[in-house]
Amino acid sequence: MNVAPAAPELKEVRGPSALGGGTRRFWDLLWLISVTEFKRTYFGTVLGYFWSLLRPLILFGVLLFVFTKIFRLGSTVPNYPVMLLFNIVVFGFFQESTVSAVASVVNQEGIVRKTQFPRLVIPLSIVLTGLMNLGLNMIAVFAFILLYGVDPTWSWLLLPVIIAVLLVLTIALAMLLSALYVRFRDVLIIWTVAATVLFYATPILYPIEIPGLSTGIRTALHVNPLTPIFEQARVWIVDPTAPGAIEAAGSVKGLIAPIAIYLGICGLAWWVFKREAPRVAEAL
Amino acid sequence: MRVEDVAVATAAHPEAAEPPLDAPTVIEVRDLVKRFEIPTHRVDSIKERAMHPFARPETRSLIALDGVSFDVKRGEFFGIVGRNGTGKSTLLKILASIYRADSGRIRMAGRLAPFIELGVGFNNELTARENVVLNGVMTGLRRDEAEARLDAVLEFAELEEFVDLKLKNYSSGMLVRLAFSVMIQSDAEILVIDEVLAVGDAAFQQKCKDVFVEMRDSERTVVLVTHDMTAVEQFCQRAMLLDHGRIEALGEPDEVARRYLRLNFERPPAASEDGAAEGPATADVRVVDAWLAKPGGERTANVEQGDRIEIHAVLEARRDVPGPSFGVTIANADGVEVTGFGAIVGLAGRPEDHFGAGEQMHVTGVLDNRLAPGRYVVGCWVHRDHTYADLVLHVAHMLDFVVYGTHHMGGVVSLVEEASVVKVEQPGP
Repeated sequence: MNVAPAAPELKEVRGPSALGGGTRRFWDLLWLISVTEFKRTYFGTVLGYFWSLLRPLILFGVLLFVFTKIFRLGSTVPNYPVMLLFNIVVFGFFQESTVSAVASVVNQEGIVRKTQFPRLVIPLSIVLTGLMNLGLNMIAVFAFILLYGVDPTWSWLLLPVIIAVLLVLTIALAMLLSALYVRFRDVLIIWTVAATVLFYATPILYPIEIPGLSTGIRTALHVNPLTPIFEQARVWIVDPTAPGAIEAAGSVKGLIAPIAIYLGICGLAWWVFKREAPRVAEAL
Repeated sequence: MRVEDVAVATAAHPEAAEPPLDAPTVIEVRDLVKRFEIPTHRVDSIKERAMHPFARPETRSLIALDGVSFDVKRGEFFGIVGRNGTGKSTLLKILASIYRADSGRIRMAGRLAPFIELGVGFNNELTARENVVLNGVMTGLRRDEAEARLDAVLEFAELEEFVDLKLKNYSSGMLVRLAFSVMIQSDAEILVIDEVLAVGDAAFQQKCKDVFVEMRDSERTVVLVTHDMTAVEQFCQRAMLLDHGRIEALGEPDEVARRYLRLNFERPPAASEDGAAEGPATADVRVVDAWLAKPGGERTANVEQGDRIEIHAVLEARRDVPGPSFGVTIANADGVEVTGFGAIVGLAGRPEDHFGAGEQMHVTGVLDNRLAPGRYVVGCWVHRDHTYADLVLHVAHMLDFVVYGTHHMGGVVSLVEEASVVKVEQPGP
């Protein structure tokens, strides 16, 4: 008891940052916040989990009706309902995570201004909660896929690769948007609209090889970094005869643009967030 | 005089309360500068930015901290005081890594847990159990550590039965107890606490005080930011006074507290700057001048507790006031009339019996100042015809002043000269 403690070592205090406070603490916080948020969504309401599944299911039902009964597009694409449901659920994760991340840092003002808190945890926890959601929804999606009669293939095991690639982009956008929102409050409106545009500018409702597209639209589709992700998912999960990312892009060269944009967004997001993180508390 | 302090000193180890001067430094702050750019016109949207892409947003600079340097030793209970807007909170937030300093250096040994507000990050939708763990991790614990201390937290807060109740169903008193308990159960080496004593009921405040005394006498390093000079004198081993971003005083808590109170109160309060309120224009008598004076007659705006004071008023009659009587009242901030003086000065036949138009009277009261610290308002009235019925002047707020001091044990006046507590020796059998 009476051992005199050694003279403590003084360490430089560097102030707030994106990651500050140590790795262990970072992951603890991230995990705890995501899990509590997830639990809150599912144990807060009577129907809990089903509500979160209901939204994509209703959207799926409407779109399926429109594109098989009215436009007849669905009947020309193999396993169209499976593709549609899978795409809607996956895109739903991307859309919901990024949109709710936009205002997240500002909404957590109380925490940001009053505790030592690694800023990055905030948008990241939103995405992680979304990912847990996606995991649950995927169970329902695969149940549907099997019921529909799609034969399981080994390539199903590659699903985590698809999700991982999408996850990185989602995180990058969540970081970028939440940091920008601190300064510019119209980011939320812009992104809400942009996400809807992206829904139609990504092969979700239709396959990439759909005929009758103008060159301009086709170029836009090919530049969209989400396109190769969804196309690769289609060939691995839904329809082994589908073209896949490379074939859809024409050649490996065709993938350069979307990959460059993908990496550009990630780099920009990291740079902006790191730059803004120390000032967030003051700007609020 | 200070019953409570006597009690504390006997209960604790007197030697532990001494500032540990030879202890190692745990917080080292050097030349800290923090400036805030306050935009005069805030650019909040992209449209505004797009329309004026090269216009630098107009800002004015506000220096919150202007070269602050100090050390805190291990085990010290260190107080930071200062008026609002003098940089206390900014300093605290920089220490807590919430703001970044513009220049200067901070070095620290060990983990710091900030308590800027009670119950930061408490989520009403979650149970107490979940919140305690979450809050623990937020203030720097590992998850398993946060879970391990749950019982201790709930026990101190006396909320064991409500562990699975959502916070939205808690009363505000329960919330405060839980939040405070979370704070004191933090095992960080350095605690930074901002003004939290002012919450909760009396019993809980007493508990907080006990905890602070315990912290003061333990190895814990505590930095307390407060307005409460009693707390500074009672708990702190050293204190620092900030004014306009600079260190105004650093050292003995009672000296720092006195400097703070002087700084706060010696400037004349706004209300009396333009002289005394002279009363309604229709009244027969008006107040020409009214002031507070030290013994000997030197005018002063405020007074230190215990110093004798004189209250002066010069009144002028607009019309003849036969048989005048004069009164002065002193009321405290709650409107309670604490004391007063006055007299029917004009007994028949004396020159004062007649207050003729254009004449002036000088009313003086000399007070043995036993007023408790606080703000006081001096009022004045004048009657005529030797009765209290015929009011010719009534000014409720002729003058105000502040009694400053720290020896306040409650009540509106301090009448106790001496207090002591001595153990009664039991006679042998």
